[in-house]
Amino acid sequence: MKKTLVILTRNPLSLIGLILVGIVVLSALFADVITPFPAHVGAVVDFANFNQPPHWPNIFGTDLVGRDLFTRVVYAYRISLILGIVVLAIAVPIGVAIGLAAGYLGGWTEYLLMRLTDVFLSIPPLVLAMSIMGLLQPTLTNGMIAVTAMWWPWYTRLVYNIARSEKEEGYVLAAEVIGASKLHIMFREILPNCVPSIITKMTLDFGFVILIASSLSFLGLGVQPPTPDLGSMVAEGAKYLPDSWWLTVFPGLAILIAVFGFNLIGDALREILGVDQ
Amino acid sequence: MSTLLSVKNVSKRFEVNGRTVQALEDVSFEVERGECLAIVGESGSGKSTIANIILGIYGPTDGDLVFKDEALPAKRTQELRRAIQLVQQNPLSSLNPRRSIGASLRLALDVHAIGDRTERDQRTGELLEEVGLPAEFRTRLPASLSGGQRQRVAIARALACQSELVVLDEPTSALDVLVQARVLRLLKSLKEARGLTYVFITHDLSVVRNIADRVAVFEKGRLIELATTKAIFTRPENPYTRRLIGAVPVVSAQEAALKDNIMEQENGNA
Repeated sequence: MKKTLVILTRNPLSLIGLILVGIVVLSALFADVITPFPAHVGAVVDFANFNQPPHWPNIFGTDLVGRDLFTRVVYAYRISLILGIVVLAIAVPIGVAIGLAAGYLGGWTEYLLMRLTDVFLSIPPLVLAMSIMGLLQPTLTNGMIAVTAMWWPWYTRLVYNIARSEKEEGYVLAAEVIGASKLHIMFREILPNCVPSIITKMTLDFGFVILIASSLSFLGLGVQPPTPDLGSMVAEGAKYLPDSWWLTVFPGLAILIAVFGFNLIGDALREILGVDQ
Repeated sequence: MSTLLSVKNVSKRFEVNGRTVQALEDVSFEVERGECLAIVGESGSGKSTIANIILGIYGPTDGDLVFKDEALPAKRTQELRRAIQLVQQNPLSSLNPRRSIGASLRLALDVHAIGDRTERDQRTGELLEEVGLPAEFRTRLPASLSGGQRQRVAIARALACQSELVVLDEPTSALDVLVQARVLRLLKSLKEARGLTYVFITHDLSVVRNIADRVAVFEKGRLIELATTKAIFTRPENPYTRRLIGAVPVVSAQEAALKDNIMEQENGNA
């Protein structure tokens, strides 16, 4: 783990990734301290200052009701990160467990589980998320449910393929001959050999989860006002382009930094951990 | 000597792409307690199929197996799994690359509840020492061990559950010659020390000569000759056996005598 971090800082690209992700994570963690107007996260109105271009102290400018845009972007990171963590924390264990079971047990279990996975994979992700959000109320929690529902099958696919090839390895046969339980073989023997691939995919996906959540809120199906959200900020600001450019550019850049940073680290991890695509 | 395992009229057919392949045809033999029975034959002769049937990886299509005077079902009980163990050909894949040597050995102890829970870690160290490796190796990963060392670990694992019959599936064919000789010596001494019985699958006749008490020759799924090692090498009855022995590269009689002499010294030193 320590070794991996050292290697990450040596490569210029992954170092940039680390710095970008560091900025995102730190600003989300210390949002209360670094933002000048924490109160602007909520339903605050300051019409004296509305729709101002970047100036001191509103370095990203102000939005249509006079709230500080920098404050709102930083707080939006916090929500994006929570969403990413929650989605992956639920989707990954589910996807991995199903993939392991399908790959190792084979037979009817494999057939049923993989066809179920195919059904989920065959629906375009955004359509699936939109229909779930349409059925439920568009809230942060339901957004997480929707994104989780579209995310787990990718982990099932990934782990299923690894498990199928690891199953042929001698150590699995050895454990079977000894009489180890199926659960032991799946989770203690095969799973450790999937971990590098899973970690790499999670790092890459973190950016994509943020992106898809932003897309959902861009469509008006994500986090609802007044809670700040990068996707809805871009959607709102796009109506006032190009005059009030800061309304879209800063939230857009914020999405870019997060997605790009996580992708750079993910790519570097893939090479360091020797994961095949 | 009493019989440990008998194989009675065992046949095995596989369905491959709608075609039926007869892997074993009416094979019968007995394995005596404490002996090393070598099963030799070329690729596709069915020698691995019989090993898998003995291990319970799959059942026979026809025929029965009897182990310690009781029928040996295809679906094994934990007790039967404990008693019949395996050493695989490839020591690179037989140990989990992401689990420590100790964890791999401990699995056998945990599954069969051998020894006190708190003493099992220490027990893995003793097992390593028994196969000539330092006990500290238990914290290492397989990647830091050589092929021969890994094969010793695999042997230790097969012994960990106090097995009685060990199926050795070409255990030395992936090793270089010197390591091969050392592993064979280890197998020999363990067999005596623990009173083990071996079924030794191999295609290497020089290995057979070194360790086996009796030899079973397989050709195309049939057992064509079964005799003591000495008899097989001095007066093979079946023409196929003769060809198999004839295929072993030999040196001149003088060189052979020299080699035998050296080997005896080696074995004496062991």
